[in-house]
Amino acid sequence: MDIDFKHRQSAHCESGVISNLLAHHGIHLSEAMAFGIGTGLFFAYVPFIRVNNLPLTTFRSATGDIIRKNAKHLGVRLLRYRFRDPEEAMHALDRKLDQGYPVGCQTGGYWLPYFPEAYRFHFNMHNIVVYGRRGKEYAVSDPIFPQPVTISRKDLRKARFAKGALAPKGRMYFIQSAPREIDTVGAIHMGIRKVSRLMLKSPLPIIGIRGIRFLANRLAHWPRKMGRERALLYLGQVIRMQEEIGTGGGGFRFMYSAFLQEAAQITKKEELSQLSGELTRVGDRWRDFAVLGARNCKGRATRGDTFPAMAEILHECAERERAIYKELLATV
Amino acid sequence: MRKYEVPQDVGLAGEMCEVNYALNENGEYELVPSYGWEVKTVTLKQAWEEILQSVEDVLEKVKAGRLSPLAYHMVAHQMDEKLLAKYAGLSRWRVKRHLKPRGFRRLKPGILQRYAWVFELGQEELCHVPSSINFSFFANWK
Repeated sequence: MDIDFKHRQSAHCESGVISNLLAHHGIHLSEAMAFGIGTGLFFAYVPFIRVNNLPLTTFRSATGDIIRKNAKHLGVRLLRYRFRDPEEAMHALDRKLDQGYPVGCQTGGYWLPYFPEAYRFHFNMHNIVVYGRRGKEYAVSDPIFPQPVTISRKDLRKARFAKGALAPKGRMYFIQSAPREIDTVGAIHMGIRKVSRLMLKSPLPIIGIRGIRFLANRLAHWPRKMGRERALLYLGQVIRMQEEIGTGGGGFRFMYSAFLQEAAQITKKEELSQLSGELTRVGDRWRDFAVLGARNCKGRATRGDTFPAMAEILHECAERERAIYKELLATV
Repeated sequence: MRKYEVPQDVGLAGEMCEVNYALNENGEYELVPSYGWEVKTVTLKQAWEEILQSVEDVLEKVKAGRLSPLAYHMVAHQMDEKLLAKYAGLSRWRVKRHLKPRGFRRLKPGILQRYAWVFELGQEELCHVPSSINFSFFANWK
Protein backbone atom coordinates (compact mmCIF):
# COMPACT_ATOMS: atom_id res chain seq x y z
CA MET A 1 0.00 0.00 0.00
CA ASP A 2 1.25 3.44 -0.88
CA ILE A 3 0.55 6.54 1.12
CA ASP A 4 -0.76 9.43 -0.95
CA PHE A 5 2.47 11.39 -0.87
CA LYS A 6 3.31 14.24 -3.17
CA HIS A 7 6.79 14.06 -4.64
CA ARG A 8 8.40 17.35 -5.61
CA GLN A 9 11.89 17.51 -7.04
CA SER A 10 14.23 19.78 -5.13
CA ALA A 11 17.80 20.89 -5.36
CA HIS A 12 18.93 19.55 -2.00
CA CYS A 13 17.93 16.31 -0.35
CA GLU A 14 17.50 17.45 3.21
CA SER A 15 15.51 20.61 2.58
CA GLY A 16 13.53 18.75 -0.07
CA VAL A 17 12.64 15.89 2.27
CA ILE A 18 11.50 18.14 5.07
CA SER A 19 9.50 20.44 2.82
CA ASN A 20 7.74 17.44 1.25
CA LEU A 21 7.08 15.89 4.65
CA LEU A 22 5.73 19.18 5.99
CA ALA A 23 3.47 19.53 2.95
CA HIS A 24 2.07 16.09 3.68
CA HIS A 25 1.05 17.38 7.09
CA GLY A 26 -0.57 20.51 5.73
CA ILE A 27 2.31 22.97 6.09
CA HIS A 28 3.16 24.28 2.67
CA LEU A 29 6.64 25.72 2.48
CA SER A 30 8.86 25.78 -0.57
CA GLU A 31 12.19 24.02 -0.43
CA ALA A 32 14.00 27.35 -0.21
CA MET A 33 11.84 28.36 2.77
CA ALA A 34 12.60 25.09 4.52
CA PHE A 35 16.27 25.65 3.81
CA GLY A 36 16.18 29.14 5.31
CA ILE A 37 14.06 28.31 8.33
CA GLY A 38 16.23 25.27 8.93
CA THR A 39 19.37 27.48 8.94
CA GLY A 40 20.87 25.50 6.10
CA LEU A 41 23.44 28.04 4.94
CA PHE A 42 26.90 27.62 6.33
CA PHE A 43 30.57 27.54 5.54
CA ALA A 44 33.45 25.59 7.01
CA TYR A 45 36.84 24.57 5.74
CA VAL A 46 38.12 21.71 7.88
CA PRO A 47 41.56 20.59 6.71
CA PHE A 48 41.93 17.95 9.41
CA ILE A 49 38.81 16.05 8.34
CA ARG A 50 39.45 14.19 5.12
CA VAL A 51 37.05 13.06 2.44
CA ASN A 52 38.75 10.79 -0.11
CA ASN A 53 42.02 11.93 1.41
CA LEU A 54 41.24 15.58 0.68
CA PRO A 55 40.26 18.28 3.16
CA LEU A 56 36.59 18.80 3.87
CA THR A 57 34.85 21.96 2.71
CA THR A 58 31.18 22.36 3.46
CA PHE A 59 28.63 24.95 2.43
CA ARG A 60 25.75 23.62 4.51
CA SER A 61 25.05 22.94 8.14
CA ALA A 62 25.64 19.56 9.76
CA THR A 63 23.56 16.71 8.44
CA GLY A 64 20.13 16.45 10.05
CA ASP A 65 20.25 20.05 11.19
CA ILE A 66 17.89 21.42 8.55
CA ILE A 67 15.28 18.83 9.47
CA ARG A 68 15.64 19.33 13.21
CA LYS A 69 15.65 23.12 13.09
CA ASN A 70 12.55 23.21 10.90
CA ALA A 71 10.69 21.11 13.41
CA LYS A 72 11.91 23.28 16.24
CA HIS A 73 11.22 26.64 14.64
CA LEU A 74 7.79 25.64 13.36
CA GLY A 75 6.68 23.81 16.48
CA VAL A 76 6.24 20.51 14.66
CA ARG A 77 6.51 17.25 16.57
CA LEU A 78 9.20 15.25 14.80
CA LEU A 79 10.31 11.88 16.10
CA ARG A 80 13.74 10.54 15.23
CA TYR A 81 15.15 7.08 15.78
CA ARG A 82 18.36 5.19 15.36
CA PHE A 83 18.83 1.47 15.51
CA ARG A 84 21.48 -1.04 16.27
CA ASP A 85 19.88 -3.97 14.50
CA PRO A 86 19.10 -3.64 10.76
CA GLU A 87 16.17 -6.05 10.89
CA GLU A 88 14.61 -4.13 13.74
CA ALA A 89 15.12 -0.89 11.82
CA MET A 90 13.27 -2.30 8.82
CA HIS A 91 10.42 -3.56 10.98
CA ALA A 92 10.08 -0.17 12.63
CA LEU A 93 9.91 1.41 9.18
CA ASP A 94 7.24 -1.08 8.06
CA ARG A 95 5.16 -0.40 11.15
CA LYS A 96 5.18 3.35 10.57
CA LEU A 97 4.28 2.90 6.91
CA ASP A 98 1.39 0.65 7.90
CA GLN A 99 0.18 3.37 10.23
CA GLY A 100 0.16 5.76 7.29
CA TYR A 101 3.19 7.92 8.01
CA PRO A 102 5.65 8.79 5.26
CA VAL A 103 9.05 8.20 6.84
CA GLY A 104 12.32 10.01 6.22
CA CYS A 105 15.46 7.90 6.16
CA GLN A 106 19.13 8.79 6.16
CA THR A 107 20.99 6.59 3.71
CA GLY A 108 24.36 5.99 2.13
CA GLY A 109 24.25 7.11 -1.50
CA TYR A 110 26.63 4.39 -2.62
CA TRP A 111 24.02 1.68 -2.11
CA LEU A 112 21.08 3.34 -3.83
CA PRO A 113 20.80 1.47 -7.14
CA TYR A 114 18.82 4.20 -8.90
CA PHE A 115 21.73 6.64 -8.58
CA PRO A 116 23.63 7.23 -11.82
CA GLU A 117 26.86 5.30 -11.56
CA ALA A 118 28.95 8.45 -11.82
CA TYR A 119 27.47 9.77 -8.57
CA ARG A 120 27.89 6.66 -6.52
CA PHE A 121 30.35 7.65 -3.83
CA HIS A 122 30.40 6.75 -0.18
CA PHE A 123 28.51 9.64 1.33
CA ASN A 124 26.19 8.87 4.15
CA MET A 125 24.12 12.01 4.40
CA HIS A 126 21.54 11.33 1.75
CA ASN A 127 17.93 11.75 2.85
CA ILE A 128 14.92 10.13 1.21
CA VAL A 129 11.25 9.63 2.04
CA VAL A 130 9.82 6.12 2.05
CA TYR A 131 6.08 6.27 1.49
CA GLY A 132 4.91 2.80 0.59
CA ARG A 133 5.66 -0.87 0.39
CA ARG A 134 4.58 -3.66 -1.88
CA GLY A 135 6.00 -6.90 -0.60
CA LYS A 136 9.75 -6.48 -0.84
CA GLU A 137 9.67 -3.26 -2.86
CA TYR A 138 9.54 0.17 -1.30
CA ALA A 139 8.21 3.34 -2.88
CA VAL A 140 10.72 6.12 -2.39
CA SER A 141 10.53 9.84 -2.96
CA ASP A 142 14.12 10.92 -3.47
CA PRO A 143 13.88 14.70 -3.74
CA ILE A 144 16.82 15.18 -6.07
CA PHE A 145 15.22 12.93 -8.70
CA PRO A 146 12.42 14.09 -11.01
CA GLN A 147 10.20 11.06 -10.33
CA PRO A 148 9.58 8.74 -7.39
CA VAL A 149 11.57 5.50 -7.52
CA THR A 150 11.38 2.02 -6.07
CA ILE A 151 14.01 0.15 -4.13
CA SER A 152 14.26 -3.40 -2.88
CA ARG A 153 14.21 -4.17 0.82
CA LYS A 154 17.72 -5.58 0.63
CA ASP A 155 19.16 -2.41 -0.93
CA LEU A 156 17.28 -0.08 1.38
CA ARG A 157 18.49 -2.02 4.37
CA LYS A 158 22.06 -1.80 3.21
CA ALA A 159 21.78 1.91 2.45
CA ARG A 160 20.30 2.62 5.88
CA PHE A 161 23.22 0.84 7.47
CA ALA A 162 26.00 2.27 5.37
CA LYS A 163 29.25 2.47 7.33
CA GLY A 164 32.03 4.98 7.60
CA ALA A 165 31.96 8.69 8.38
CA LEU A 166 28.57 9.96 9.60
CA ALA A 167 27.07 6.48 9.39
CA PRO A 168 23.27 6.73 9.38
CA LYS A 169 22.77 3.77 11.74
CA GLY A 170 19.29 3.26 10.41
CA ARG A 171 18.25 6.83 11.18
CA MET A 172 14.58 7.40 10.45
CA TYR A 173 12.20 10.21 11.32
CA PHE A 174 8.63 11.25 10.75
CA ILE A 175 6.32 14.07 11.66
CA GLN A 176 3.93 12.86 14.29
CA SER A 177 1.80 15.95 14.54
CA ALA A 178 1.86 19.48 13.24
CA PRO A 179 0.12 22.51 14.70
CA ARG A 180 -2.73 23.96 12.72
CA GLU A 181 -1.34 27.47 12.86
CA ILE A 182 2.34 28.14 12.41
CA ASP A 183 4.27 31.30 13.03
CA THR A 184 6.09 31.56 9.71
CA VAL A 185 7.37 35.08 10.34
CA GLY A 186 8.85 34.08 13.68
CA ALA A 187 10.45 31.00 12.15
CA ILE A 188 11.96 33.09 9.34
CA HIS A 189 13.45 35.52 11.85
CA MET A 190 14.90 32.73 13.91
CA GLY A 191 16.37 31.10 10.83
CA ILE A 192 17.99 34.29 9.56
CA ARG A 193 19.35 35.29 12.95
CA LYS A 194 21.00 31.94 13.56
CA VAL A 195 22.68 31.79 10.17
CA SER A 196 23.92 35.37 10.33
CA ARG A 197 25.31 35.01 13.83
CA LEU A 198 27.10 31.81 13.00
CA MET A 199 28.60 33.19 9.84
CA LEU A 200 29.73 36.41 11.50
CA LYS A 201 30.63 35.42 15.02
CA SER A 202 31.91 31.91 14.83
CA PRO A 203 34.14 30.99 17.73
CA LEU A 204 36.32 28.93 15.40
CA PRO A 205 38.46 30.40 12.64
CA ILE A 206 37.47 27.63 10.23
CA ILE A 207 33.76 28.50 10.23
CA GLY A 208 31.74 31.25 8.59
CA ILE A 209 33.32 34.35 7.10
CA ARG A 210 36.56 33.56 8.90
CA GLY A 211 36.42 30.11 7.38
CA ILE A 212 36.13 31.50 3.85
CA ARG A 213 39.12 33.75 4.47
CA PHE A 214 41.02 30.86 6.00
CA LEU A 215 40.40 28.76 2.89
CA ALA A 216 41.40 31.68 0.65
CA ASN A 217 44.68 32.16 2.50
CA ARG A 218 45.51 28.48 2.40
CA LEU A 219 44.47 28.05 -1.22
CA ALA A 220 46.75 30.82 -2.42
CA HIS A 221 49.76 28.77 -1.29
CA TRP A 222 48.66 25.27 -2.26
CA PRO A 223 50.80 24.95 -5.42
CA ARG A 224 53.93 26.07 -3.61
CA LYS A 225 53.26 23.85 -0.60
CA MET A 226 52.25 20.57 -2.18
CA GLY A 227 53.01 20.86 -5.86
CA ARG A 228 50.64 21.69 -8.64
CA GLU A 229 49.18 18.24 -9.14
CA ARG A 230 48.03 17.82 -5.56
CA ALA A 231 46.89 21.44 -5.41
CA LEU A 232 44.55 20.76 -8.31
CA LEU A 233 43.04 17.80 -6.49
CA TYR A 234 42.42 20.01 -3.47
CA LEU A 235 40.88 22.66 -5.67
CA GLY A 236 38.67 20.15 -7.48
CA GLN A 237 37.33 18.96 -4.16
CA VAL A 238 36.31 22.48 -3.11
CA ILE A 239 34.49 23.03 -6.40
CA ARG A 240 32.75 19.67 -6.18
CA MET A 241 31.45 20.48 -2.72
CA GLN A 242 30.31 23.87 -3.92
CA GLU A 243 28.54 22.83 -7.10
CA GLU A 244 27.72 19.17 -6.69
CA ILE A 245 24.15 18.02 -7.03
CA GLY A 246 22.13 19.26 -4.13
CA THR A 247 23.37 22.83 -3.82
CA GLY A 248 21.07 24.50 -6.33
CA GLY A 249 24.22 26.24 -7.59
CA GLY A 250 26.81 28.51 -6.02
CA GLY A 251 27.26 26.60 -2.79
CA PHE A 252 23.61 27.10 -1.72
CA ARG A 253 23.89 30.87 -2.10
CA PHE A 254 21.17 30.97 -4.76
CA MET A 255 18.83 28.82 -2.73
CA TYR A 256 19.30 31.12 0.23
CA SER A 257 18.66 34.13 -2.01
CA ALA A 258 15.41 32.50 -3.09
CA PHE A 259 14.53 32.09 0.58
CA LEU A 260 15.27 35.75 1.30
CA GLN A 261 13.14 36.80 -1.64
CA GLU A 262 10.18 34.78 -0.39
CA ALA A 263 10.81 35.91 3.17
CA ALA A 264 10.66 39.54 2.04
CA GLN A 265 7.13 38.99 0.79
CA ILE A 266 5.95 37.16 3.87
CA THR A 267 7.48 39.52 6.42
CA LYS A 268 6.86 42.60 4.22
CA LYS A 269 10.45 43.73 4.61
CA GLU A 270 11.75 45.20 1.41
CA GLU A 271 15.36 45.11 2.71
CA LEU A 272 15.36 41.32 2.56
CA SER A 273 14.59 41.47 -1.13
CA GLN A 274 17.54 43.77 -1.74
CA LEU A 275 19.82 41.54 0.29
CA SER A 276 18.59 38.60 -1.76
CA GLY A 277 19.78 40.43 -4.87
CA GLU A 278 23.17 41.11 -3.35
CA LEU A 279 23.59 37.49 -2.24
CA THR A 280 22.71 36.38 -5.77
CA ARG A 281 25.58 38.48 -7.07
CA VAL A 282 27.90 36.93 -4.48
CA GLY A 283 26.70 33.51 -5.63
CA ASP A 284 27.71 34.51 -9.15
CA ARG A 285 31.20 35.28 -7.85
CA TRP A 286 31.38 31.83 -6.27
CA ARG A 287 30.50 30.48 -9.70
CA ASP A 288 33.28 32.58 -11.24
CA PHE A 289 35.67 31.01 -8.77
CA ALA A 290 34.49 27.55 -9.86
CA VAL A 291 34.97 28.42 -13.54
CA LEU A 292 38.53 29.58 -12.92
CA GLY A 293 39.24 26.50 -10.86
CA ALA A 294 37.87 24.14 -13.50
CA ARG A 295 40.02 25.79 -16.15
CA ASN A 296 43.03 25.02 -14.00
CA CYS A 297 41.96 21.43 -13.42
CA LYS A 298 41.49 20.97 -17.13
CA GLY A 299 44.88 22.42 -17.94
CA ARG A 300 43.34 25.33 -19.83
CA ALA A 301 44.34 28.07 -17.44
CA THR A 302 45.18 31.42 -18.94
CA ARG A 303 47.72 33.74 -17.38
CA GLY A 304 45.25 35.39 -15.03
CA ASP A 305 43.85 32.11 -13.64
CA THR A 306 46.32 31.73 -10.81
CA PHE A 307 45.70 30.40 -7.31
CA PRO A 308 46.20 33.85 -5.79
CA ALA A 309 43.61 35.20 -8.23
CA MET A 310 41.13 32.59 -7.04
CA ALA A 311 41.93 33.39 -3.43
CA GLU A 312 41.18 37.00 -4.26
CA ILE A 313 37.67 36.09 -5.43
CA LEU A 314 37.07 34.16 -2.22
CA HIS A 315 38.20 37.15 -0.15
CA GLU A 316 35.77 39.29 -2.09
CA CYS A 317 32.95 36.79 -1.42
CA ALA A 318 33.83 36.79 2.27
CA GLU A 319 33.79 40.57 2.47
CA ARG A 320 30.50 40.95 0.64
CA GLU A 321 28.83 38.17 2.57
CA ARG A 322 29.96 39.76 5.81
CA ALA A 323 28.13 42.94 4.86
CA ILE A 324 25.02 40.95 3.96
CA TYR A 325 24.84 39.05 7.25
CA LYS A 326 25.37 42.27 9.18
CA GLU A 327 22.46 43.89 7.42
CA LEU A 328 20.35 40.78 7.89
CA LEU A 329 20.93 40.92 11.63
CA ALA A 330 19.96 44.58 11.65
CA THR A 331 16.79 43.81 9.67
CA VAL A 332 15.26 40.95 11.62
CA MET B 1 22.36 33.36 -11.78
CA ARG B 2 19.69 34.09 -14.39
CA LYS B 3 17.49 31.50 -15.99
CA TYR B 4 19.22 31.75 -19.36
CA GLU B 5 22.58 31.27 -17.65
CA VAL B 6 21.64 27.90 -16.14
CA PRO B 7 24.09 25.53 -17.79
CA GLN B 8 22.81 22.61 -19.85
CA ASP B 9 25.97 20.62 -20.47
CA VAL B 10 25.09 16.94 -20.48
CA GLY B 11 27.61 15.26 -18.24
CA LEU B 12 28.15 12.00 -16.43
CA ALA B 13 24.60 11.64 -15.23
CA GLY B 14 23.42 11.45 -18.83
CA GLU B 15 19.79 12.36 -19.28
CA MET B 16 19.14 12.99 -15.62
CA CYS B 17 18.25 16.56 -14.69
CA GLU B 18 18.86 18.25 -11.39
CA VAL B 19 17.39 21.58 -10.39
CA ASN B 20 19.13 24.91 -10.02
CA TYR B 21 17.85 28.11 -8.51
CA ALA B 22 17.85 30.99 -10.95
CA LEU B 23 16.14 34.33 -11.54
CA ASN B 24 13.45 34.55 -14.23
CA GLU B 25 12.65 37.57 -16.42
CA ASN B 26 10.76 39.25 -13.59
CA GLY B 27 13.65 38.87 -11.18
CA GLU B 28 11.91 36.12 -9.22
CA TYR B 29 13.61 32.90 -8.22
CA GLU B 30 12.53 29.77 -9.99
CA LEU B 31 13.54 26.12 -9.98
CA VAL B 32 15.20 25.51 -13.32
CA PRO B 33 16.13 22.01 -14.54
CA SER B 34 19.75 21.59 -15.58
CA TYR B 35 21.46 18.70 -17.36
CA GLY B 36 24.77 19.58 -15.80
CA TRP B 37 27.63 22.00 -15.98
CA GLU B 38 30.98 21.65 -17.72
CA VAL B 39 32.73 22.89 -14.56
CA LYS B 40 31.18 20.11 -12.50
CA THR B 41 31.91 17.51 -15.13
CA VAL B 42 35.58 18.49 -15.11
CA THR B 43 35.94 18.15 -11.36
CA LEU B 44 33.86 14.99 -11.19
CA LYS B 45 36.00 13.48 -13.89
CA GLN B 46 39.07 14.44 -11.94
CA ALA B 47 37.75 12.53 -8.93
CA TRP B 48 36.99 9.47 -11.05
CA GLU B 49 40.38 9.52 -12.70
CA GLU B 50 41.94 9.29 -9.25
CA ILE B 51 39.74 6.35 -8.35
CA LEU B 52 40.33 4.52 -11.61
CA GLN B 53 44.07 5.04 -11.33
CA SER B 54 44.14 3.39 -7.92
CA VAL B 55 41.96 0.52 -9.16
CA GLU B 56 44.32 -0.02 -12.05
CA ASP B 57 47.37 0.01 -9.79
CA VAL B 58 45.85 -2.56 -7.49
CA LEU B 59 44.73 -4.75 -10.39
CA GLU B 60 48.33 -4.88 -11.63
CA LYS B 61 49.51 -5.93 -8.20
CA VAL B 62 46.85 -8.63 -7.98
CA LYS B 63 47.89 -10.02 -11.33
CA ALA B 64 51.50 -9.98 -10.23
CA GLY B 65 50.51 -12.01 -7.19
CA ARG B 66 51.39 -9.35 -4.67
CA LEU B 67 47.83 -8.67 -3.52
CA SER B 68 44.73 -10.84 -3.22
CA PRO B 69 41.59 -10.45 -5.34
CA LEU B 70 39.93 -9.00 -2.25
CA ALA B 71 42.18 -5.94 -2.58
CA TYR B 72 40.86 -5.38 -6.06
CA HIS B 73 37.19 -5.64 -5.07
CA MET B 74 37.87 -3.32 -2.17
CA VAL B 75 39.26 -0.44 -4.24
CA ALA B 76 36.80 -1.09 -7.05
CA HIS B 77 34.12 -0.32 -4.47
CA GLN B 78 35.99 2.81 -3.36
CA MET B 79 36.79 1.34 0.03
CA ASP B 80 39.85 1.16 2.21
CA GLU B 81 40.64 -1.43 4.90
CA LYS B 82 38.95 0.63 7.53
CA LEU B 83 35.63 0.87 5.70
CA LEU B 84 35.72 -2.71 4.50
CA ALA B 85 36.40 -3.91 8.04
CA LYS B 86 33.30 -2.03 9.22
CA TYR B 87 31.11 -3.58 6.53
CA ALA B 88 32.44 -7.08 7.01
CA GLY B 89 32.33 -6.82 10.78
CA LEU B 90 35.96 -7.81 11.12
CA SER B 91 38.90 -6.13 12.74
CA ARG B 92 41.10 -4.00 10.60
CA TRP B 93 44.21 -6.10 10.97
CA ARG B 94 42.38 -9.22 9.84
CA VAL B 95 41.16 -7.45 6.72
CA LYS B 96 44.71 -6.29 6.12
CA ARG B 97 45.92 -9.86 6.28
CA HIS B 98 43.26 -10.99 3.82
CA LEU B 99 44.50 -8.45 1.29
CA LYS B 100 47.65 -10.55 0.91
CA PRO B 101 47.35 -13.63 -1.32
CA ARG B 102 48.57 -15.90 1.49
CA GLY B 103 45.99 -14.68 3.99
CA PHE B 104 43.27 -14.79 1.37
CA ARG B 105 43.95 -18.39 0.34
CA ARG B 106 43.45 -19.57 3.89
CA LEU B 107 40.06 -17.92 4.29
CA LYS B 108 37.23 -20.05 5.61
CA PRO B 109 33.98 -20.04 3.60
CA GLY B 110 32.18 -18.17 6.38
CA ILE B 111 34.46 -15.16 6.19
CA LEU B 112 34.54 -15.35 2.43
CA GLN B 113 30.77 -15.20 2.49
CA ARG B 114 30.86 -11.99 4.49
CA TYR B 115 33.03 -10.30 1.91
CA ALA B 116 30.86 -11.65 -0.88
CA TRP B 117 27.84 -10.12 0.84
CA VAL B 118 29.50 -6.72 1.11
CA PHE B 119 30.29 -6.57 -2.59
CA GLU B 120 27.16 -8.44 -3.67
CA LEU B 121 29.23 -11.03 -5.50
CA GLY B 122 29.22 -14.79 -5.57
CA GLN B 123 32.06 -16.50 -3.69
CA GLU B 124 33.46 -17.66 -6.99
CA GLU B 125 33.51 -14.13 -8.42
CA LEU B 126 35.15 -12.83 -5.28
CA CYS B 127 38.17 -15.03 -5.94
CA HIS B 128 38.67 -13.66 -9.42
CA VAL B 129 39.53 -10.33 -10.95
CA PRO B 130 38.65 -9.07 -14.42
CA SER B 131 41.44 -8.89 -16.97
CA SER B 132 40.96 -5.15 -17.30
CA ILE B 133 38.86 -2.60 -15.49
CA ASN B 134 35.54 -1.77 -16.98
CA PHE B 135 33.61 1.26 -15.82
CA SER B 136 31.39 1.60 -18.85
CA PHE B 137 29.93 4.99 -17.98
CA PHE B 138 33.43 6.43 -17.82
CA ALA B 139 34.57 4.93 -21.08
CA ASN B 140 31.59 6.37 -22.95
CA TRP B 141 32.21 9.78 -21.61
CA LYS B 142 34.95 11.77 -23.23
